[in-house]
Amino acid sequence: MSYGRSVEVVETAENVRRITITVNGERRVVEVEPRLLLAHLMREGLGLTGTHFGCDTTNCGACTVLFDGEPIKSCTMLAVQADGHEVTSVEGLGTHSELDPVQEGFQAEHGLQCGFCTPGMMMASKALLNRNASPTEEDVRWALSGNLCRCTGYQNIVKAVLWAADKQRLSGPAAAGDTSSEEHVS
Amino acid sequence: MYPSKFGYEAPRSLDELSSLLNRYGDDAKILAGGQSLVPMMKLRFAAPEVLVDINGIPGLDYHREDPDGTLRVGALCRHVTLERSALLAAKHPLMAAAAPLIADPMVRSRGTMVGSICHSDPQGDWASVLLALGGHMVALGPRGRRTIAAGHFSLGPFQNALQPDEIALEAVIPAPTGQRSGTYLKLERRVGDFATAGVAMALETSDGRVVRAGIALTGVGPSNIAATEAAQALVGKPLSEESIEQAAQLAAAAAQPRGDHRGSAAFKRHVVATFIRRGLARGEAVAA
Repeated sequence: MSYGRSVEVVETAENVRRITITVNGERRVVEVEPRLLLAHLMREGLGLTGTHFGCDTTNCGACTVLFDGEPIKSCTMLAVQADGHEVTSVEGLGTHSELDPVQEGFQAEHGLQCGFCTPGMMMASKALLNRNASPTEEDVRWALSGNLCRCTGYQNIVKAVLWAADKQRLSGPAAAGDTSSEEHVS
Repeated sequence: MYPSKFGYEAPRSLDELSSLLNRYGDDAKILAGGQSLVPMMKLRFAAPEVLVDINGIPGLDYHREDPDGTLRVGALCRHVTLERSALLAAKHPLMAAAAPLIADPMVRSRGTMVGSICHSDPQGDWASVLLALGGHMVALGPRGRRTIAAGHFSLGPFQNALQPDEIALEAVIPAPTGQRSGTYLKLERRVGDFATAGVAMALETSDGRVVRAGIALTGVGPSNIAATEAAQALVGKPLSEESIEQAAQLAAAAAQPRGDHRGSAAFKRHVVATFIRRGLARGEAVAA
């Protein structure tokens, strides 16, 4: 494996790719340099600053978004790879007037203090609830095992997700509906 | 952090991929799940000239059994697919045990088994699984396909046996010759950390005797280590306290750990022996 550079890659028009991605249900056409990370595209290109950079080294999960329904770390994917795919960020979870049950749960159970990890926590939680409507506490801890929080000690975050699961179940399948697909990424 | 600049190619077929690898040779690096490569590129440990993204090539995300029981895992089969696989849960206890222990849920959504083995990080879990099961990799290049035994695939830390114009097409687990059992045990300081030590155990039994055994170690040497003598101590007889203890001692001796922030060398050897005792003796080697 050699990473020697034998050719200088200069930035040219050819090195910018036009991609089409569906972000929070909206089709967006953007031009990106291949080395642009998905998290940078979300924050700087699309102004969706709910996706946070925490560690920038694939450890903390603050940049978690749903990619075709699966939770991924957007700091560890190139934006160009999202061409033709669906991305859901925290901005796509609910609206100010109508919060997603996960968002309500974090509010009701004090699932956040500083709030920095919260968008990633909520996206990982949403991915769990999309697959498993009745998670146990163990299921929740497992699903959130790639998301770090430095404030809460996790207890209230786990309660928040269980609260959201209860809420979704009580509100019926219509309220639990989510547009993200569950198909495997290939 | 941004990676260095690179050219980006996204072939839509294996033929297209092949011609790209032919054109760029060693300047090209294949991007599958990217969960090791992208972080390395961000930290500038890796700066490939051209990134060849294979995610758009259809038909590589499979894991399936041949009629004879041989298991094939394609280059784009994600960890999460293996974690949720009913096939693995029913018939491949070691793989089913290892899949949920890879990194963390978000990394498992993207990362691939084949990519992890290609990365040849001595702390990678899948390479130990493949070693313990006596598997091999299938490489595809301009001269056609060739198989590379698990024990010959990794040449050392971050070095594999692929030629620059070859791609690892799939990982292959041979059909069992007896009743399969096994497990993967891993010690990590926290979820997502690399293994302090990991042990893959694969047994096949027939008429109450072990007919094949594989043991491989993660994170305790410059590569994943096949503990061949330890495995051999189990073969040809029923599993017993004595043979398990012998295997535990031999596996600990086969480990080549270095003391670091995860623990001393003596501690890691101790963990290896303990995992073998636990995995084989305490019924955690769940029969398939």
